Amino acid sequence: MLPSIFAFLFQFGDAFAFLVLAAAGLAIIFGMMGVINLAHGEFIMCGAYVTVAAARAGLPMPAAIACGALAAGIVGIVLERLVIQRLLHRPLDTIVATWGISLIATQGTLIVLGSTMPGIGTPFGSFSVGEFSYSVYRVLLMAIAVLLLIGLYLLFHKTRYGVLARATIQVPSMASALGVNTAVVHSLTFGIGAALAGLAGGLYAPTMTLVPTMGTAFIVEAFVTVVVGGGDVFLGTAPAAVVLAFVKALMINWYGQLFGLIGLLLAVIIVIRLLPRGLSGWILRGRE
Amino acid sequence: MSPAPHLQVTGLRAGYGGKPVLQGIDLAVGRGQIVAVIGRNGVGKTTLMRALMGLLPATAGVIRIADSEVTRLAPHRRARLGIGYIPQGRDVFPRMTVSENLQVGETLCRDGAAPDYEGVYRDFPILKERADQRAGTLSGGQQQQLAIARALVGRPEIILLDEPSEGIQPSIVQDIARAVRDLNRSLGLTVLFVEQNLDMIMSLAQHCFVMDKGQITASLSPDELHDRDTVRRALAL
Repeated sequence: MLPSIFAFLFQFGDAFAFLVLAAAGLAIIFGMMGVINLAHGEFIMCGAYVTVAAARAGLPMPAAIACGALAAGIVGIVLERLVIQRLLHRPLDTIVATWGISLIATQGTLIVLGSTMPGIGTPFGSFSVGEFSYSVYRVLLMAIAVLLLIGLYLLFHKTRYGVLARATIQVPSMASALGVNTAVVHSLTFGIGAALAGLAGGLYAPTMTLVPTMGTAFIVEAFVTVVVGGGDVFLGTAPAAVVLAFVKALMINWYGQLFGLIGLLLAVIIVIRLLPRGLSGWILRGRE
Repeated sequence: MSPAPHLQVTGLRAGYGGKPVLQGIDLAVGRGQIVAVIGRNGVGKTTLMRALMGLLPATAGVIRIADSEVTRLAPHRRARLGIGYIPQGRDVFPRMTVSENLQVGETLCRDGAAPDYEGVYRDFPILKERADQRAGTLSGGQQQQLAIARALVGRPEIILLDEPSEGIQPSIVQDIARAVRDLNRSLGLTVLFVEQNLDMIMSLAQHCFVMDKGQITASLSPDELHDRDTVRRALAL
């Protein structure tokens, strides 16, 4: 009995960590800028490739992951300045533009680095509860996901950047009339979103095969979480990840991986049917 | 020779989507003056304020703040020259707390200057009480006080105040007028404000421009401002 409860909790935590880490960057870019970033998966891929390259060059794993996140963040800032900034008030155009960036990144990586890259093993080994064995690294990922949410809350509520970023999203013209350089705020916000995608790529790089299309492994879950959550990272993404992870873990326990994914998509359909503005829209209902 | 005006506008034209609203505005505001712009609805008073702040691009003309030309400057660069802007309709950041709203206003502070929380909390004590309340849940009058405090906390040298009395109870209107007058006396704050409320105009303005059809059509001296009928006629022009 106890081992099977632990198995469920582990699956729930694993799914929760994956949903939070995969979606955080996408949610921030969508929630703070209104940009739907279809190149999200390629920022993840960028983070994963740089992390693995750095690790193989001899860097310790945490430093390698930091390199991956930083690289994705810098690429994000450059792309924001070159492309996104010019399309900020044209949401449909940003979808097309970021989709184009995504295709270029995937095919470019394929041409330059080939169809696959040698990976690195998952660190820390495993432990057993009952008859099943579990990866220590995945437990670490759960802790990182929770810490990331706390860190993002502090970033957006306790730092000067966070206050200015929220002011910029709420009334952009007023923020600029008070002296806020909203273009810089947008670049930084996009950079942070891209860096979070890179972080997700770096964290999951040891557990995956490195191929140019690896971003697609994240993108469905990331979009599903953001769609269910709505525009707010803390009142949306986090509760959405809890709900979806619960559904997914339940379905996996009953019928296996494939049904986990089916359950996820059914949950999205139901939530959106009942709460068209997502969980955060429902939590914030009636408030301005 | 008299010093350059704090704000000088010559031949300013601006509009929305090719439809001209401002049709050659000329005005000057001296340092430490309180000047009102009055006129009927729809003559372009708010458009003038938005164009001065850079939220609406000028299609022609020149705007100078003290010694620098700002006509092509982005809003945030103008703001950092010491302009505090209080828009019509307040535009507080609704999902942020009162104190977070004020923190955004700190951006106006010049190098090294500390934000003036003591001053704004003295003038608008309600904001200290409500520091942790979300701004969207404040009453209209409280939001107006917050919008003014948010502009003042960064120690501006000139404020652009767009219809501060609109939709607000008289006692708060008087508080606002008193706070603005005190800052003008103690710190030499320059004030340009748009207003329709006769009492507010007469109690605050030292000079007054009358606006009609996108142009300044008359200007009232301090003496004329003391005569209720003259001001009322100008408002109805």
